[in-house]
Amino acid sequence: MKKLIVGMILALLPVTGMSAGGGGPAPLQANIDLSNHASIQRGAKLFANYCMGCHSAKYVRYKLFTEVGLSEDDIKDNLMFAGGKIGDLMTIAMTDEDAGGWFGAPAPDLTLTARIRPGGADWIYSYLKSFYVDPSRPLGVNNTYFSNVGMPHVLWEMQGIQTPVYKYEIHHGSDTVAVFDTEAEADAYLKDKDENHRLERVVDRLEMAQAGTLSAAEYDQVARDLATFMTYIAEPIKLERQRMGIWVMLFLVVFTVLAYFMKKEWWKDVH
Amino acid sequence: MSSEGVDLKKRRFLTASTAVVGTVGAGFAAVPFIASWLPSERAKAAGAPEEADISKLEPGALLRVKWRGKVCWVVHRTEQNLTDMKTLVDKLADPDSEVPQQPDYCKNETRSIKPQYGVLVGICTHLGCSPTYRPEVAPADLGPDWKGGFFCPCHGSFFDLAGRVYSGVPAPTNLVVPPHQYLSDDMILIGIDGGAA
Amino acid sequence: MSFMNWIDERFPATKVWNEHLAQYYAPKNFNFWYFFGSLAMLVLVNQIVTGVWLAMMYKPSATEAFASVEYIMRDVEYGWLLRYLHSTGASMFFLVVYLHMFRGLIYGSYRKPRELLWIIGVIIYVAMMATAFMGYLLPWGQMSYWGAQVIVNLFAAFPFGIGEPLSVWIRGDYVISDATLNRFFALHFLLPFVLAALVFIHIVALHKVGSNNPDGIEIKKNKDENGIPKDGIPFHPYYTVKDVVGVGVFMIFFLGIVFFWPDFGGFFLEAPNFEPANPLKTPEHIVPVWYFTPFYAMLRAVPPMLNSQFPGVVVMFAAIIVLFFLPWLDRSPVKSIRYKGMLFKGAIATFVVTFVALAALGTLPSTPTRTLLAQIFTALYFAFFLLMPFYSKMDKTKPVPERVTK
Repeated sequence: MKKLIVGMILALLPVTGMSAGGGGPAPLQANIDLSNHASIQRGAKLFANYCMGCHSAKYVRYKLFTEVGLSEDDIKDNLMFAGGKIGDLMTIAMTDEDAGGWFGAPAPDLTLTARIRPGGADWIYSYLKSFYVDPSRPLGVNNTYFSNVGMPHVLWEMQGIQTPVYKYEIHHGSDTVAVFDTEAEADAYLKDKDENHRLERVVDRLEMAQAGTLSAAEYDQVARDLATFMTYIAEPIKLERQRMGIWVMLFLVVFTVLAYFMKKEWWKDVH
Repeated sequence: MSSEGVDLKKRRFLTASTAVVGTVGAGFAAVPFIASWLPSERAKAAGAPEEADISKLEPGALLRVKWRGKVCWVVHRTEQNLTDMKTLVDKLADPDSEVPQQPDYCKNETRSIKPQYGVLVGICTHLGCSPTYRPEVAPADLGPDWKGGFFCPCHGSFFDLAGRVYSGVPAPTNLVVPPHQYLSDDMILIGIDGGAA
Repeated sequence: MSFMNWIDERFPATKVWNEHLAQYYAPKNFNFWYFFGSLAMLVLVNQIVTGVWLAMMYKPSATEAFASVEYIMRDVEYGWLLRYLHSTGASMFFLVVYLHMFRGLIYGSYRKPRELLWIIGVIIYVAMMATAFMGYLLPWGQMSYWGAQVIVNLFAAFPFGIGEPLSVWIRGDYVISDATLNRFFALHFLLPFVLAALVFIHIVALHKVGSNNPDGIEIKKNKDENGIPKDGIPFHPYYTVKDVVGVGVFMIFFLGIVFFWPDFGGFFLEAPNFEPANPLKTPEHIVPVWYFTPFYAMLRAVPPMLNSQFPGVVVMFAAIIVLFFLPWLDRSPVKSIRYKGMLFKGAIATFVVTFVALAALGTLPSTPTRTLLAQIFTALYFAFFLLMPFYSKMDKTKPVPERVTK
């Protein structure tokens, strides 16, 4: 009986992880601050320079960034390379058909990525930091947080080039029974095991093979700025919504307290 | 049930204050519903000031620009047009543009910033048709006194090349001059007064 | 008051006011559970008003729907608030109605003479589910699309060759498409007004038989010399002022979610639904919104038989249809749980655990263990209803007092 109850609880537990898709290790902490306008501005510039070659943010108007301290001229000079009006949407010239032909799949619109990906900003931050060399992939790179990713590492010049350090896990059913640093050790271990034991190569950690133009801390900030920016565009109203919410709550508390005392007065009639 | 020993004054006070606070709350609740009917960011973007390139606009020619969904005209008046316009004053309903149908900086003879270029909203002030551009002098249908201007075919209103309405036609006022400014000699920005951009 | 006289000679304003509010005598012992009826009406009004406003800006077409929702969220003044009020309101509606139904369950509010009142309530619940299901397609996100695909395919499981044509007819196409979206939008706009009419009928029925109460006593059996129930108090002002307090507390809870946690951790707004519908790519894990998951869990718990999903579909619909028979399944001599015995209390407790567990299982991907659990809980769900005639009769009840208790 006890076992059954424990089993039931365990079966119901991972509710919070329900929407976790795509796999990959737990995201790194991005520690973004949505009220940091400078970070959003830097992120916007990075986004316009590095992401918008292929990705749109087609539900966002450039004018939005006047809300985070940019002037209309700042926006036109730094973000709108193709000209146009401040009220235009952040679309790109590449059509889905073009992209499908060049990359095998259209590059997704990035407006809502921070709301689609479990972990939001943390996932984006982790993803941007976790490209590594993988010659088996068509573009020569892979990503720990997005296996078989279909896009190149566009920020590689800044970050540098990372190579993976693998570890070799021996699985038996769904259990991991042993872990080795080299394939030879794993093979030796496997020799006298039955065929239910399987060897799997997984990325243990990434090492910097060739330094980029930025230091590790500077690149972290680049990834953080982009994560902040993308979280901002996913729901630009978020901070204002919360500020407004505080006033709404205060009002409702006053109303409810008054109503409660009114009710108490009236109910003195009821015995 | 009885009301003995009940402080009716306190009860009335609490009921009234709850009602007042509740009404205020209902007022706040109405705000998003009312505000959502205002022009959205998309409408504002579509209604943003529009640029008109006049570098290729020949004297006597007309350029049509769409601003806030309305047709706007930029008319390049010739020297002859400007001279002719002065002779029409007696036939016009409001030659000095007393009715505020134009920004202050266009309350002048030609109703424009530069005399040769007129900027007008191309919508008749009678019932909203778009008048036709009739620059030719003394055509058969408009009579020998016609010095060029705009004719509204819907109800037969006449305007001169500055958009000033003739007397005795259905249209009550001069055509509207939209706010505009010169970004350069060749570029007019329609929709916003100078200095604010 | 001559103005009121003028009105009353032409329209029974005072009469209606008195019959339904000022001289409608409700038992004086209503407790916490009696807030949810008026709250359900409040949420219905919220859904209708915000919904009509959203419809002013929403585009029911496959090419424009997703973008028009983002347009509302970004470009329309306070559009985000209207949308969050509507999306959170949908979940609140079900929460409040589930609590309202649970109240009826524990205090025997479905028993004679309130059978019809209960049945109208269940019809309202079914209409709500239809409305919510169609509304969920409208944002045209991945979860909207694939959720609708799965649910409409349930109809394809009908046997005798009618299933497939039936599902094609519902969609108006061979997959969920623009045609489906357009008709779902029309019905999603219509059904709430049907709901409002049903709520009106529900209240007419309620005021005919009078409100039940936590003691399950008929207060009309004990009237004073003026014909007024001794345990009754006028609904207005006593319950109107009390409901105002309930509204205040509820609004703190409701607007707290709207302003601070509108996604509600993916339960009110699901992450995959921020991705536009893509008929070529199914999300890894399709789940209905939380208020449907108990029934979804039952659907998945039943294995296909004779190469058909139909048994699962039957079980799922039966789980709702069984509610209609509740008034005749309960054979206990008492109405309220307060005077029922351990047997019935145990059954109710098990039922609560069952319903919550099914809801939780419905949100999770199935594994053999979870399927087994879902099967056990499905059996328990039906056992609660189908065995009720027996255990409610065998149950040792307590004597019911003459007058309501505090």
